[in-house]
Amino acid sequence: MTEQLDAGLVARRIAESDQVGEPRNPAEGREVGRARRRREDARLITGRTRWTDNIQFPGMLHVAFLRSPMAHARLTRVDVSAALAMPGVVAAFSGRDFDGEQGSLPCAWPVSEDVVIPDHPPMAVDRVRYVGEAVACVVATDRYKAADALEAIEADYEPLEAVLDMTEALADGAPAVHEAGNQAFTWKFSGGDAGAAFRDAPVVIDRTYVQQRLIPTAMEPRAVVAAPEGEGFTLYSATQIPHILRVMLALTTGIPEHLLRVVAPDVGGGFGSKLQVTAEEVLGLLLARRLGRPVKWTESRSEGNLTVHHGRDQIQRISLAAERDGRIRGVRVDLLADMGAYLMLVTPGVPLLGAFMYNGIYKMDAYDFTCTGVFTTKMPTDAYRGAGRPEATFAIERAVDELAAELDLDPVEVRRRNWISREEFPYTTVAGLTYDSGDYEAATERALALLGYDKLRAEQADRRERRDPVQLGIGVSTYTEMCGLAPSRVLGSLSYGAGGWEHATVRLLPTGKVEVVTGTSPHGQGHETSWSQIAADALGVPFEDVSVLHGDTAVSPRGMDTYGSRSLVVGGVAVLAACEKVKEKAKRLAAHLLEAADDDIEFADGVFRVRGTGLGGAGRTVQELALAAFAAHDLPDGFEPRLDADATFDPENFSFPHGTHLCAVEVDTETGTVAIRSYVAVDDVGRVVNPLIVEGQVHGGIAQGIGQALFEEAVYDPEGNLLTTTMADYLIPSAADLPDFVTDRTETPATSNPLGVKGVGEAGTIASTPAVVNAVVDALRPYGVHDVPMPCTPERVWRVLARSGASADRAGAVRRDENDGGAQ
Amino acid sequence: MPRVTVTVDGVAYEEEVEPRLLLVHFLRDRLGRTGTPVGCDTGNCGSCTVMLDGRSAKSCSVLAVQADGSDVVTVEGLASGGELHPMQRAFHEEHALQCGYCTPGMIMAAIDLLRDDPDPSEEAVRQGLKGNLCRCTGYCTIVRAVRRGARAMSGEPPGETAGETAGETAGETAGETAGEPVGEGVAAP
Repeated sequence: MTEQLDAGLVARRIAESDQVGEPRNPAEGREVGRARRRREDARLITGRTRWTDNIQFPGMLHVAFLRSPMAHARLTRVDVSAALAMPGVVAAFSGRDFDGEQGSLPCAWPVSEDVVIPDHPPMAVDRVRYVGEAVACVVATDRYKAADALEAIEADYEPLEAVLDMTEALADGAPAVHEAGNQAFTWKFSGGDAGAAFRDAPVVIDRTYVQQRLIPTAMEPRAVVAAPEGEGFTLYSATQIPHILRVMLALTTGIPEHLLRVVAPDVGGGFGSKLQVTAEEVLGLLLARRLGRPVKWTESRSEGNLTVHHGRDQIQRISLAAERDGRIRGVRVDLLADMGAYLMLVTPGVPLLGAFMYNGIYKMDAYDFTCTGVFTTKMPTDAYRGAGRPEATFAIERAVDELAAELDLDPVEVRRRNWISREEFPYTTVAGLTYDSGDYEAATERALALLGYDKLRAEQADRRERRDPVQLGIGVSTYTEMCGLAPSRVLGSLSYGAGGWEHATVRLLPTGKVEVVTGTSPHGQGHETSWSQIAADALGVPFEDVSVLHGDTAVSPRGMDTYGSRSLVVGGVAVLAACEKVKEKAKRLAAHLLEAADDDIEFADGVFRVRGTGLGGAGRTVQELALAAFAAHDLPDGFEPRLDADATFDPENFSFPHGTHLCAVEVDTETGTVAIRSYVAVDDVGRVVNPLIVEGQVHGGIAQGIGQALFEEAVYDPEGNLLTTTMADYLIPSAADLPDFVTDRTETPATSNPLGVKGVGEAGTIASTPAVVNAVVDALRPYGVHDVPMPCTPERVWRVLARSGASADRAGAVRRDENDGGAQ
Repeated sequence: MPRVTVTVDGVAYEEEVEPRLLLVHFLRDRLGRTGTPVGCDTGNCGSCTVMLDGRSAKSCSVLAVQADGSDVVTVEGLASGGELHPMQRAFHEEHALQCGYCTPGMIMAAIDLLRDDPDPSEEAVRQGLKGNLCRCTGYCTIVRAVRRGARAMSGEPPGETAGETAGETAGETAGETAGEPVGEGVAAP
């Protein structure tokens, strides 16, 4: 028999193997900057995880949902009685059974005065508006029996016309998704005089790009366990937002907030898709309340593809006015954004997060932005990695490449002529944001060198000359983004329903160990490791002596959770601030014990000493002070017997990471196949707490952006059925689809927070999509191609080439050597 | 109901199961072996990969009754006596996981890959693991980890980590995984 795992021993062995890497700047501390291997890994690599679906309670029941097969219909009858007679079935309900109790799923971002926020019952009552909308549920003793009983529910529908195309949806006489019509809102924003910028402009680039609908596809499907506990309830959910969820569930269900505990156990990725208040969470609670028993719901992947909120889905018209030397005068953007059938938590705000980014890293005099939100009979859209900013960056980076092509300039050179130079920071853009720091020159120079840009351009010229059927394309993407969602005042001015602060508590325990409680809610980002590094440096304690608690509103009662690349730049800084407060208290206690004035105490390496006495002088360690505070035998007057502190950080500005991504692709003009030959990313995310984690975030972000560029698309048929319901149809990249990424960093510290850090979670995704598509288009420019719609699948590339008349061109092309003719 | 006899991570079980019960649900819901997660329902993602009689199998695509008489090893059975399997260690050391949901399946598939190719090239690893999907890492560090694990399993020192910025790996001690015992129940190449 296999020896059973000694968890403690494994954890110790892992800790021993983590003594790697040196801090980047030892003067700043021993831990921050060090490539610490993650303390989270021990449970994840040994299967000792706490996924929500792992949870089992005595008497727990399983929930399954019957979902609408119609995109748009009147729901005329739902009869669950036959299901009740099925084996193992404890209860079955229609939406009407919860009418008056289930409330409406919340939208926390009423973006404009004209915004239409339709009623959104968690289970449909008399109308369905997308395929997959819940119409009934079964509660049974196991998940198989619950699924069986769905077959016995009778539901009648009177079909209505599906509304799938945004332009058609806005036309007169279009079938209405909601009584108020199909327009959810319009939102306008401008800076400078766009009319003047475009009047008599020597060059105008006018393009329309389609941001296809995406399915976020976190590897862990959603799962919910709701359990009655005492007077109240505990909800376990695979969520990114336990704190926001608790508030929203209290408001939606009427369960008093203080009787509701929300736990996010180990969560297997989110990418925005678990930044939501879902029908299944609300109904899980209501079912637990009605039945008085714990209930569990775990979605299947095909159920999830239908009903996890989707991302992107915008039609972008971008116009760019420029001088003949390539200098940009101004940009106009007219956006149609598909909301889907309802406005969910931040649905209407997502395209507006891009509103401030269409000017990119460039200087210009004028900018004009209009966005119209449109209802369709599809799954609602909402935040997906980058949320608005990838779309904006794509449009401007594609348009700048088009400008370069129009003027026959190198795309890097056009960017140089327009970007904010390093001497100009802080710089207030035409969109009104103040970019605090950056060095676009340095990141770009490094990226060009790593790619071997000039050599590849020479090869490209050679292939064009030879009319090689496999053409080389080089794509450039110089991005920045606003992230680190905060500051609260700015979010408020945008009508966002919550603040952007983050909270931390730091406690010194009597034995000198440290508990850090964070309001962030990691689901793969490694906060347990990074926050330990920050606290270890700040308090002068060993990394191993720190533990990080999160993801349970009973343990961490205050927080704004994890999304928008905010955790380190807001939450990590809150940890530092709490440590500083603890140190102030400890210093006061040390002064008392050392019979010195507070101001005479200095702190170094975890020891408080009387100034000037040197390392040999009398002092008190952090650990000694923790014990002294606990014992409380000899404290200064009025000193509470504890060394702990709360801190809330609300920055005054967003964080603006930036970087230059370069992609080289080979496009087979005969088959349309695109192969990424090399990918270089040089990112500037400010000061780095853990280079391993930063590199991982960049890698994963790039992969997701490549997914949008080349592979992924949620496809609805003309009746509004989702065709991409499985991972065989919705293609996220596999290892075989991607190259090894070459990554490097420049480091320009942020000035908006004391750690000097910038967000990193979304940067790769924002940068990579335009880099790849620019490369594909660059490869095909000799064929008269100016755009390839995403995803750039072989079929799409082939069709674009066919339309461009490339077939005639190819007929005269030099064929490849007969030796590899088999590939033709 | 059919009765199945199966050994999971060294423990023998005899259970009555519905014929339709998937092996992964048998492991998770009946035996409480929740280390093996479910990521899809079409056999595409590979999160649920286990060793079935020494070869990798997607346990969402196998019925429990089909595993009758079999020896199943999950990620929970890899470590032995407090020693991680070299592949588990390599995933940790190369930061080859973020959310960790695909990791159990990825590790099992990687170990199986090495049975056929004990020293795989980068390309061989990428092709060999294309039935296991990860949404967090972009696979670079997974590829590094599998090759590192392969070196460790063949008794070689792990050497310098590829692709990391020089200086960040300074101080790394070579040989820390060499000679580590391989978890019982998993055939080493």
